[in-house]
Amino acid sequence: MFELFGISSQALFGQLLIGLINGSFYALLSLGLAVIFGMLNIINFTHGAQYMLGAFAAYFLLQYAGLGYWWAIVLAPLIVGTIGIIIERLFLQWLYKLDHLYGLLLTFGLALILEGTFRNFFGSSGQPYSVPPALQGGQNLGFMFLPNYRAWVVVFSLAVCLTTWFVIERTKLGSYLRAATENPTLVRAFGINVPRMITLTYGFGVALAALAGVMAAPVYNVSPQMGANLIIVVFAVVVIGGMGSIMGAILTGFGLGLIEGLTKVFFPEASNTVIFIIMAIVLLIRPAGLFGRGA
Amino acid sequence: MKRLISLAALAAIFGCGSAQAQYTDGTIKIGVMNDMSGLYADLTGPGSVVAARMAVEDFGAAAKGLKVEIVGADHQNKPDVGSNIVRTWIDVDKVDVIVDVPTSSVALAVSEIVKDKNKVFLVSGAAASDLTGPKCTPNTIHWTYDTWALANGTGKAIVQTGGDTWFFLTADYAFGHALERDTAAVVEKNGGKVLGKVRHPFPGTDFSSFLLQAQSSKAKIIGLANAGGDTINSIKQASEFGIVKGGQKLAGLLVFISDVKALGLPTAQGLIFTEAWYWDTNDVNREFAKKFAAQNKGIYPSMIHAGVYSAVTHYLKAVSELKSDGDGKAVVAKMKETPTDDKLFGKGTVRADGRKIHDMYLFEVKKPEESKQPWDLYKLRATIPAAEAFRPLKEGGCPLVTG
Repeated sequence: MFELFGISSQALFGQLLIGLINGSFYALLSLGLAVIFGMLNIINFTHGAQYMLGAFAAYFLLQYAGLGYWWAIVLAPLIVGTIGIIIERLFLQWLYKLDHLYGLLLTFGLALILEGTFRNFFGSSGQPYSVPPALQGGQNLGFMFLPNYRAWVVVFSLAVCLTTWFVIERTKLGSYLRAATENPTLVRAFGINVPRMITLTYGFGVALAALAGVMAAPVYNVSPQMGANLIIVVFAVVVIGGMGSIMGAILTGFGLGLIEGLTKVFFPEASNTVIFIIMAIVLLIRPAGLFGRGA
Repeated sequence: MKRLISLAALAAIFGCGSAQAQYTDGTIKIGVMNDMSGLYADLTGPGSVVAARMAVEDFGAAAKGLKVEIVGADHQNKPDVGSNIVRTWIDVDKVDVIVDVPTSSVALAVSEIVKDKNKVFLVSGAAASDLTGPKCTPNTIHWTYDTWALANGTGKAIVQTGGDTWFFLTADYAFGHALERDTAAVVEKNGGKVLGKVRHPFPGTDFSSFLLQAQSSKAKIIGLANAGGDTINSIKQASEFGIVKGGQKLAGLLVFISDVKALGLPTAQGLIFTEAWYWDTNDVNREFAKKFAAQNKGIYPSMIHAGVYSAVTHYLKAVSELKSDGDGKAVVAKMKETPTDDKLFGKGTVRADGRKIHDMYLFEVKKPEESKQPWDLYKLRATIPAAEAFRPLKEGGCPLVTG
């Protein structure tokens, strides 16, 4: 096998694969953010907390209702999505006409409240949650040991991402949504209930965050600050991809996962920073992001 | 912003606000600063405030005519935030003693400020052995444990049972570096070899990439030179990637009871590590733990909480004997001169370099079937006698000792 900068190609393949796995979390989360920003013009800072809620919902379902991972992957997004809809009806719907800053401050405040409440009741160390029995174990790929669960994460989140992209960009429902964002008054004139559509979109975006939370529960620690650690990176991903661009969010999510993975090999100390360096460069060259339509 | 919120909340709880009089006028003010909201919040956090309060109550401060006040704050594991809080506490709020302060980078910064202002600093949460080494000061006492003691306890035990090649997964800040350095020294001294290391950002989320590097190093032991949430995630993901099944072993160099609880026994069983205190070792400790948990949302005390209790007790003893808390150096000198004796750590001493000396313990995490209740997690493997548990006075390079 050949070697690159002192690292065998085997190790390199392994690291790339891991980058891809982490990228799928970025993609799933930034997709939700992009959908919400693209359709509602709300910068949803509660996204990290909603991701955390998804993981905790999975934990509660197992602990108090005896429902395992497969139930959680269906139920947790529904539950947390409903909470999202309540938030939208109670607070967000009054903010659409105002500056982005108001939505940002409101959602940021909500995130702090949610995280603080969970920390108060469950502490910061987190709760155990194990990999579902059907996905335990792993495959020896020759160049690395790939846990079955991680493989599932990549495949499943890729499927969810592409389906979402397809629904929004290629179906009639999606075209209504996009039209409603461009010109809500006109779309209403065609007899479409725009406010309800917006509410459901927010609920869907939040459900995506919760889904990512359920998928993260077996591999990351289920703790109140799990979302806070991730949300800043995910925002950087969305900014690099171009605010509101669906495909941009997906591609940058996976792409940055790969780049981060490589950084962890060659210069691990910088692996937390590399995404922000890229963000700065992208903003200098293309202020609207890689896939943004421009202001 | 987060800091302001937590400060305001804590100020409301403890009723601090305007500047208070010095003890010479009747008030001793204890400032408990730690991570109240992040990855170290369960093993330090609000629990340390509870422990300090219990120490004040058990000391019978009110009956002895001492007015003691406790304030708490969140340093968010950031040296700059911590430094600002400590400066405000000392200059404006007239705090006399800073207690706990996990996260070695913050503790090292605070230690310098406390020395300049001539107050007292009792470290329970932070680990870097530099605090009583080159960075020692006449105002700082390092109470509960340190990286040298952890390395000495865990490192030695593992090398002697055949784990002689190591790869380190290190949190990239003062604490991780110190723990890696001290452990590597122990490993090499006992005939082992360090094959490599990787330094991960702090705090981290995904460790699989680093674990994979550790795996390909073919080292027998992967030493986790990190703490709290980072250790939990490393162990969880190591089990996922089949590292333990593949024949390599994990050495948690700093593991707390809250970490084991969060991992669950099925994942954590068999882990060996060094601690200074565990609740289920005698009746006094058990009683303390129950009383503590009742005031701390059911969370049992970590060794850091116990250390805060022990340190505050000894401090109050020294101050009440001196009848003054104004001169930090004098208080610390008194604390060093008086042997320590409290219900949790028993009898001990404080050395010239500021190192508190007591027994350390090597614990092993129980198997799920051995555990009788939710917090029944450890079994004792060995007691490391006080005389061997800490770095010999001469080897630390503390200027207070070498002159």
